[in-house]
Amino acid sequence: MEKETLIAFRDFGFQYTAQAEPTLYNINLDIHRGEKVLIAGPSGCGKSTIAHCVNGLIPASYPGKITGSLTVKGEDAVKQGLFGLSKTVGTVLQDSDGQFIGLTVAEDIAFALENDCVARDKMHEIVEKTADLVDIRRVLGHAPHEISGGQKQRVSLAGVMVNQVDVLLFDEPLANLDPATGKQAIELIDEIQKRTGCAVIIIEHRLEDVLHRHVDRVVVMGDGRILYDGDPDTMLCSSLLQRSGIREPLYVTALKYAGVSPTPDMHPSSLDKLSLTQAQKDQVLNWFSRQPSPAPDEVTPLILEAKGIDFTYEGGHHALKGIDMSIRKGEMISIVGTNGAGKSTFSKVVCGFEQPQSGSLTLNGEDLTAFSIKERADKIGYVMQNPNQMISKTMIFDEVALGLRNRGVSEEEIRPRVEETLKICGLYPFRNWPVSALSYGQKKRVTIASILVLRPEIMILDEPTAGQDFRHYTDIMEFLRALNRQGVTIVLITHDMHLMLEYTPRAVVFHDGKVICDASAAQVLNSPEIVTQAHLKETSLYHLALQCGIGSPEEFTRRFIARDQEVRK
Amino acid sequence: MTNLFNYIDRSSPIHRLSGASKLVCLLLWSVAAMTSFYTPLLVFLTVLALILFRMAKLRIKDVSFTLGIMLVYIALNNILIFLFSPAHGVELYGSRTVLIPLPGRYSITAEQLFYHLNVILKNACTIPPVILFVCTTNPSEFAASLNRIGVSYRISYSVALALRYIPDIQREYHDISLAQQARGVEMSKKANLIHRLKAASTILIPLVLSSMERIETISNAMELRGFGKGKKRTWYASHPFTPADYVSMIFCGLLLIASLALTAINGGRFFNPFR
Repeated sequence: MEKETLIAFRDFGFQYTAQAEPTLYNINLDIHRGEKVLIAGPSGCGKSTIAHCVNGLIPASYPGKITGSLTVKGEDAVKQGLFGLSKTVGTVLQDSDGQFIGLTVAEDIAFALENDCVARDKMHEIVEKTADLVDIRRVLGHAPHEISGGQKQRVSLAGVMVNQVDVLLFDEPLANLDPATGKQAIELIDEIQKRTGCAVIIIEHRLEDVLHRHVDRVVVMGDGRILYDGDPDTMLCSSLLQRSGIREPLYVTALKYAGVSPTPDMHPSSLDKLSLTQAQKDQVLNWFSRQPSPAPDEVTPLILEAKGIDFTYEGGHHALKGIDMSIRKGEMISIVGTNGAGKSTFSKVVCGFEQPQSGSLTLNGEDLTAFSIKERADKIGYVMQNPNQMISKTMIFDEVALGLRNRGVSEEEIRPRVEETLKICGLYPFRNWPVSALSYGQKKRVTIASILVLRPEIMILDEPTAGQDFRHYTDIMEFLRALNRQGVTIVLITHDMHLMLEYTPRAVVFHDGKVICDASAAQVLNSPEIVTQAHLKETSLYHLALQCGIGSPEEFTRRFIARDQEVRK
Repeated sequence: MTNLFNYIDRSSPIHRLSGASKLVCLLLWSVAAMTSFYTPLLVFLTVLALILFRMAKLRIKDVSFTLGIMLVYIALNNILIFLFSPAHGVELYGSRTVLIPLPGRYSITAEQLFYHLNVILKNACTIPPVILFVCTTNPSEFAASLNRIGVSYRISYSVALALRYIPDIQREYHDISLAQQARGVEMSKKANLIHRLKAASTILIPLVLSSMERIETISNAMELRGFGKGKKRTWYASHPFTPADYVSMIFCGLLLIASLALTAINGGRFFNPFR
């Protein structure tokens, strides 16, 4: 029997009032009850716009011109309006912090019920039932800052499930989660869908992570149009992904490098179901033995050394418990670990934002303790995650010049230095533009430029690629690598396992205020205990190597990355 | 965690009252205390306020900071009254009993001292109930209480949201300020006023921009879950009224009536022992 069609786009188009060109063209898309659909595509392809049309934020919050039709449960979506649609479509937004409305977990779950004037006793009953469904009953009385990122996402999910919706819509659910929590989120979504039988739409560009669990259909978008709508296996066998700027799963890329062309009956969309013949396994094994091992990096002198750093916040939270760590000149390293493991606190201590209770910190052998924030900043630059938290001038030139002007450098000297920095960052053509005209990725570059202009020896960047699609990710990371080659030591705080593998030969793993591992990125991801403890995720390459009988998955990973770097150049 | 609502979670009859009835009581009590200068009533209210404090199981050290501010305020208030109108008591009570003769208008009179006593008593019986309300009302219940006494739920919820976000914004301000200091923005008192204003703008602009982002997210999240749909909404954290709620509201109502009645009987707001 044909399943009920819940959402139907027919020749649908949309143009934001503020924009000259339409964002969506000629969209024809059906979503049925019980289906799980992934909508993937690079930034600006229109996937979020589709989500806003389905949940009614378009046209309620973002006005524009609609052509064609969109029906939800057989009725015109615009006529139903935002509130009408909220009965059918439950939206979990990307930012699980930002969408936490209530003062406690229970109140947040109850929010939609309160707006529906549900009586108090009935409300308490529904909240408890829903909390059980997503397993957060224990934290009902907690405030948002007392629970973890994963729990927050469960709260968001429960908050829309109380409405008994038919469609669950997830807008970039993985954006702010550590790798292990992201994996659990995908498992949770799968489980909830099986239990409730509703339709699930996931908007995400991190294809491999979503494919951790089965999806029925993948819709690939590019430039406002649907490029593909079908099963994931067939999609992975085509060359569509490379063309549309979405990263294909690493194990699929590895198979292709080894000369194995995936076919739909191999089930390439799922690592668990992937079936390889012995011949194909041998092909991978042969490729592995032919591939040269990348040369180890040369050892350079120490630049930063931390010994026994211990730090407790005023409230009593013991954030750093005797950190020993050293960084060599010209290195590019990752610091990874869960939220609250001490990564950010450590960088704050290095920058002098917080004073450790004990331990020593030296830069080029010189004790940093007596240095003020400003003095340290001449040597160690810190770039915050959100560029909007750093930008305070309206013009790009002034923003980049700010640090120099504050240091009393003469205008004659400032101009060439700023211009040089803008050139390095690829922002020179925009030097006279207002900051507000830039995209998120470009703003990020402006903040990097505004630190780089001070010529620091070390730069610490907090999540430099968060929320960026594959193209922008590659842009930013290649740029940082180029800086690194010019001699700037770079420290990245990240949740992104790909980034760590591809760009940083060395990774330091924080857990509960301690360094639990300091090794090559490939080694870290191939040691199951560290992976579990620090909420990381082993790469699919690890599993592929095991499946093909390769004894050293770590070496396989390293050779793959080396090969991939060459191909992508 | 810094929070304007210094809620202290203990189990007491005052804590168990509904937030809405506490708010009503607070309003009735404040009007009763503010309209009257009838000294015996003010003494009675002050003593009662202290008894309520005990009942709520609050300790002095829980509220020491607020109490400190209150004492400073009372002291300043009295000094200023004396400086600007040292003979106000004489005018009010219609007699002049000089205790310590001093030059100019500043002779100390019994009437003026009695007037000051009344001012102190008024402060002492209006400020503690506010502290009491703030310390015994769960912030979650606050919006519900405002709404219950007739404030529109949109406004009530905005107030609650502001309270919810104050700690976040404080944290963000702190982070931004550190990052800007690293770029050489001088924040210390060494810099002159214009420099410091400029420095403040380099923190405020990013703070405002990132708060705008936050507001967009939160308002979308709220609308997506039906906020603003109906004329009314219910509240998860509200408490149904118990007999104790009615008793306390009726009691505070009677206090107000007593205060107004005393003013009417006395033919004025002032209790005059000098006649």
